Amino acid sequence: MIFSFDLLFEAVLFGILLGCFYAAVSIGLSVSFGLLDVPHVAHPAIMVLGSYCAYVVAGWGLDPILSGVVLMPVFFVLGVLIYRFYYETFERRGSEAGVRGLAFFFGLAFIIEVGLILAFGVDQRTVQAPYIGSSLALGEYRIPYRMLVAFGVALVLTAALTVYLSKTFTGRAIKAVAQDEPALRLMGANPVRIKQWAFGIATGVSVLAGAMLIIVGPVEPAMDRLYIGRTFCVVVLAGLGSMTGTLVAGLILGIAESLVLMFFGASWAPAVAFGLLLIVLGIRPQGLFGR
Amino acid sequence: MSGSRRKVLKAGAALAAAASLPRAAFAQAGPIRIGMSMPQTGSLGAGGQAALVALRLWVDDVNGRGGLLNRKVELVAYDDQTNPANVPGIYTKLLDVDKVDLLIAPYGTVPTAPIMPMVKQRGLLLMGNFSFQVNAKVQHDMWFNNSPWNDASSWSDGFIRAGQRAGAKSVAILAADQEFAQNLANGARELSKKANIKSVYDQNYPPATTDFSSLIRGIRAARPEMVFVMSYPNDSVAIIRAVNEIGVGSQVQVFGGGMVGLQFTPIMTSLGSLLNGVLNYNSYVPGMKYPGIEDFLARYAKRAADAKVDPLGFYLPPFNYAIGQMYEQAINATRSLDHKAIAGYLRANEMKTVVGPIRYDRTGEWANPRVVQAQFRGVVDKDMEQFRQPGKQIVIYPDAYKTGDVITPFEKARTAKS
Amino acid sequence: MKYWIGAGALFIAAVAAALSPVNEYFFYAGYVVLTFVVLSTAWNILGGYAGYVNFGTGAFFGLGSYSAVVLFKALGAPLAVQIVAAAAVGAALGFGVGMLTLRLRGIFFAIATVAILFIMETLMMNWRYVGGATGLQLLRPEVLAPFGSYTRMLFVVMALLAVLAVSVARWVQVSWIGRGLRAIRDSEEAAESAGVPTLRLKLFACTVSGALMGAAGAPMPMYLSFIEPASSFSLNWGVSALAMPMIGGTAHWIGPVIGALLLGSIQQIVTVTISNEINVLVVGVLLVLFVVLAPDGIVGLFKKVLGRK
Repeated sequence: MIFSFDLLFEAVLFGILLGCFYAAVSIGLSVSFGLLDVPHVAHPAIMVLGSYCAYVVAGWGLDPILSGVVLMPVFFVLGVLIYRFYYETFERRGSEAGVRGLAFFFGLAFIIEVGLILAFGVDQRTVQAPYIGSSLALGEYRIPYRMLVAFGVALVLTAALTVYLSKTFTGRAIKAVAQDEPALRLMGANPVRIKQWAFGIATGVSVLAGAMLIIVGPVEPAMDRLYIGRTFCVVVLAGLGSMTGTLVAGLILGIAESLVLMFFGASWAPAVAFGLLLIVLGIRPQGLFGR
Repeated sequence: MSGSRRKVLKAGAALAAAASLPRAAFAQAGPIRIGMSMPQTGSLGAGGQAALVALRLWVDDVNGRGGLLNRKVELVAYDDQTNPANVPGIYTKLLDVDKVDLLIAPYGTVPTAPIMPMVKQRGLLLMGNFSFQVNAKVQHDMWFNNSPWNDASSWSDGFIRAGQRAGAKSVAILAADQEFAQNLANGARELSKKANIKSVYDQNYPPATTDFSSLIRGIRAARPEMVFVMSYPNDSVAIIRAVNEIGVGSQVQVFGGGMVGLQFTPIMTSLGSLLNGVLNYNSYVPGMKYPGIEDFLARYAKRAADAKVDPLGFYLPPFNYAIGQMYEQAINATRSLDHKAIAGYLRANEMKTVVGPIRYDRTGEWANPRVVQAQFRGVVDKDMEQFRQPGKQIVIYPDAYKTGDVITPFEKARTAKS
Repeated sequence: MKYWIGAGALFIAAVAAALSPVNEYFFYAGYVVLTFVVLSTAWNILGGYAGYVNFGTGAFFGLGSYSAVVLFKALGAPLAVQIVAAAAVGAALGFGVGMLTLRLRGIFFAIATVAILFIMETLMMNWRYVGGATGLQLLRPEVLAPFGSYTRMLFVVMALLAVLAVSVARWVQVSWIGRGLRAIRDSEEAAESAGVPTLRLKLFACTVSGALMGAAGAPMPMYLSFIEPASSFSLNWGVSALAMPMIGGTAHWIGPVIGALLLGSIQQIVTVTISNEINVLVVGVLLVLFVVLAPDGIVGLFKKVLGRK
């Protein structure tokens, strides 16, 4: 393996862009699992579903990012429906429901995956855009524009969500319901409605993440499996419920993966997220900024 | 009348009687079923779909001639999605449930590798379909491949020599971790060593890799003068895009070599000018004179248009049609469907096909390989028709088919007008 | 006693079938169904009895397959040795995974098992001796008399493993271990404070589960004459091994058997008649349906129907 500081710098730079992308992809899970405690292993599958929907809309002539934005309200509603169903069927019924809730989302993930295969086939799909395919040249370094675009959107998304949760009324209510639901109930607010609103937002955010996914590279239906590792790694490393933590954790994962990719080869890269996840679970399960 | 004249008259009468039989009178013994799995989706899908059109064309042709042994021929083909895990189950089903009489291998080394032990241990004849050295470990004696290569040397020599002539002394090898790429990479490594070319970069990547920017960066940092890539269509496309996005370095003389997929018309069309400068292998480019191929391509084009599949059909379809022709020749000669008999005939005789004459060596590969190495030059975007005529893929090896010299270095060839 | 008579009769029926002129494909498909009987039963020991949901069945199964391949390639070991070794390796992985993760609750344990799955796959992808991501072609040894084909022999071997696995599950269920696991499933804190040695019981269940899954994986490379990491370690094993007990019923050892026989057969029929994808769709849809509508599985439905009478 060749080692040079140039390569190291480029790998770290790429890792930062990649990491921000991973943060954006995980932020929906930070809300649905981190704040709402929903065992949402179908989160990556819904994101891949979002990628395909963005692909279809982009096929009508819209820019891929715009396609994602346009689809956000649709996915918001989808999220609300999923949460209602989950709540009525499982969360109400207590601890035994924990196992069943988990199994439900696992089954849902597979149904989405196979649905995509039946609708689109196993072939990879890509989108075209002026910023996909060329890179920014800074001296010897080349930074692909598609990564810069994903980086930019990811930053905006993370910032927007963090501000929403800390500054707006509903945002703070969502954080409150995560911290102390009985107290919230006593104050007269309806926790279920707040939670379903939050889950809707998390799902709406996922479709934009899906649009970024198909900009960064080709998508195929089984991609959700690998992203289970990446998203849960970021969320657990961040500490449940911390939005800024998600960004930091995403950066750590992105840089780690990029370094492994560069210096140990592509055959080890898939294990980085899962390995990091196990380490965090073993040493510090509450994550970096956990509550 | 003398005895011999009587015999001739008798023979003549019999012939006249036979010729007057209606063509479609198939024997009552039921159809002859040929079974295969063909990747119609997944990485090899675009190629597999075209290949299947050619096979079905042969089936219709042979049935128009009265079938085989007076029986109608039927092709049973399933989609393995380019997933090797699906293939053993499909072939077991073909043999034990569909009860096919004859087998054809799936297109591609990766889908074919899993069933080589099965066909050897069940003693079955398998007609290969563009696999590379897939029989090397199992050494089945009833394997006959339709592809114009033999060993790694037959494939790599042209590429390595082109690099050497440009003064290259170092090579970077980028290979997918799958049966085809590994077979070719192992061969290429040996050949480079023998040619005293230094290996400065040698990486395998998992077949599911989609982002090659880090790998291309690594290659660039190693400053190789030749970059030999062994990849499947999905990765080939991603690698070409990454090379155009990141750049591979000004010292590279030749780039390519073993990239599958850059021969499929839909991929060539969608990559367009990104292909320029790449020196890659092929089995047939327009201009190569094989007897009967122009006629075949014209008839194929009509069927392909109906099936909404690659209308040019250069890479795989003629060679898949040839599989049918070889079966036809062998079965008509041996008058049987016995696998050993057919195999014996294939081993001993020259087969006449639409891609020229084929003779097999004892490993089941072509005794006289005919792989070309061609450089893409002057390709424009979004134009499929440009590939119909010679001129976009300059054949630089072997001499028998040569149409021009390779332009080096790689960066210069990328901007060359032709 | 009734159990042993029943189990023995079923095994004898399996052997008789293997020696009869039934179509070869029946054994090819039947082997997979029996594999799922073992996998679901093994899954249920930890998942059903103790409530710890394992998504990573493929890790133990795949590791069992690869252990068998290593022994076969290095020593030409016979199938019986491969199975025992695979069970030992599966047990070791189960124990290790248990030590690492059984202190994690619910979903964290499940996600950790997915992590183990992908890490195992990555390890095998990087090990050239077993073929890396390319995989290995394998030539089967000669089949032992009186079986007509290797597949038929494997069918009988897997039937034996199935009887073994179900017997182990039955024993665990009725023993004090089973009572302890049920206490853990109902409320781990309460069990802890009542003095139940929760960690040891969970480790036991995880180890036994892993051993059985590993054993189930051992004959697979010979069955296919081929091995490669992606399909050996696929998440598909996990979803089936989870769905079958949840559909059959997780409280009783017969639940996973019913689930595996039913769902496994449907899967094989669908694969032959329609396609491979619909296979996974069927599993997903049935899993969701049962989890939502019939949480106690088919066994639970039976009990309800019988109870009403």
